[in-house]
Amino acid sequence: MMKKNSPAERLVNGIFLENPTLVLTLGMCPTLAVTTSAMNGLGMGLTTTAVLMFSNLIISLLRNFIPDRVRIPGYIVVIASLVTVVQFLMAAYFPALNAALGVYIPLIVVNCIILGRAESYAGKNGPVSSFFDGLGMGLGFTGALTILGAIRELLGAGTFFNIQLLPESVYTPVTIFILAPGAFLVLSCMVAAQNRIKNMPPKEKKEEKAAEEQSEEAAVIEEAEGGVS
Amino acid sequence: MKLLILLIISSAVVNNVVLSQFLGLCPFLGVSKKVDTALGMGAAVIFVITIASFVTACIYRFILAAFGLEYLQTIVFILVIAGLVQFVEMFLKKSMPALYESLGVYLPLITTNCAVLGVALNAVQYDYNILQTVVYGFGTAVGFTIAIVILAGLREKMEFNDISSSWQGMPLVLVTAGLMSIAFFGFSGII
Repeated sequence: MMKKNSPAERLVNGIFLENPTLVLTLGMCPTLAVTTSAMNGLGMGLTTTAVLMFSNLIISLLRNFIPDRVRIPGYIVVIASLVTVVQFLMAAYFPALNAALGVYIPLIVVNCIILGRAESYAGKNGPVSSFFDGLGMGLGFTGALTILGAIRELLGAGTFFNIQLLPESVYTPVTIFILAPGAFLVLSCMVAAQNRIKNMPPKEKKEEKAAEEQSEEAAVIEEAEGGVS
Repeated sequence: MKLLILLIISSAVVNNVVLSQFLGLCPFLGVSKKVDTALGMGAAVIFVITIASFVTACIYRFILAAFGLEYLQTIVFILVIAGLVQFVEMFLKKSMPALYESLGVYLPLITTNCAVLGVALNAVQYDYNILQTVVYGFGTAVGFTIAIVILAGLREKMEFNDISSSWQGMPLVLVTAGLMSIAFFGFSGII
């Protein structure tokens, strides 16, 4: 058992136990909008992670100075300032990604994951564990977005991180998966798969032990195939 | 005038805010169980987005752009929207209690609706003037209302359908939204 609020515990919690996209179902807009390719999903995820880490850190440091009554506007100002900084860094160093993500970068401000973590964790805990909470949540979000993006890219364009996996002579790309309807359909399949896994009868203990080693890797995928409940 | 009508049609149905731009998904998926509540949410969104797009356009044009402070737009817009929603709520409570009753709980929820901030930011990006911004905001909000009311109608019909347990709830709603999104592609030919 890991110690509560230790950095490692926070990371595991964010990535698996309370995965913000798949378990808590927060931040649906960027999840569906930017996952037209694995690269875009990864970029959006890492951008959000950066904002989330530092917003958690700053809010945790300021938690004794912000009066309780105006804490939400206070948090929003911190988050919006960080997003503005990130937006300009992206425009300067990653212009292509910035253009691909467009208006969804400033919209990180209204991503409920960030305000949600500020309110439910960083406002009550110390800076170190808050920082790692942000990192864990951010990585969980990044993982879910990257997998959703990878599925859509593979089905819709036959590529994976821009590498041609399915040659066009074998597989005709189904373009609808990188258009808007594909986002809804792929996410619905992921949620349905997760429900199916959750509803399965519990396995035998012996089987579980044998499967444990494999399932550690598979857990990432299973978690990702899971979803909004 | 013709341009403004085109702008309304394009923002309401062709580039529908929920089904093709994915803004405002949380209320779209969350508050679409009944047609009545969907209509209430839609009305509140139309009301707030139209006012917010006017206010943010004025602030951008006369304060931020005038003093070269464009880089503050994200911070200023979100604070203005949050304040505005509170203010609208207080104003309606005092002066129009009937309307306040019918919009009720939906008003405060709108602060977290990214469509409001999305409209303000997009209008700056597309370089719309104040009148165009208001028309664009109104059209977008009407598009949101159309989408959420249709989805609510479909969900009411599907409530007692016999579907496999894995697909009940959110997956079914997402599939429905996906099919609506395909249907809305049909509008892309009209402009």
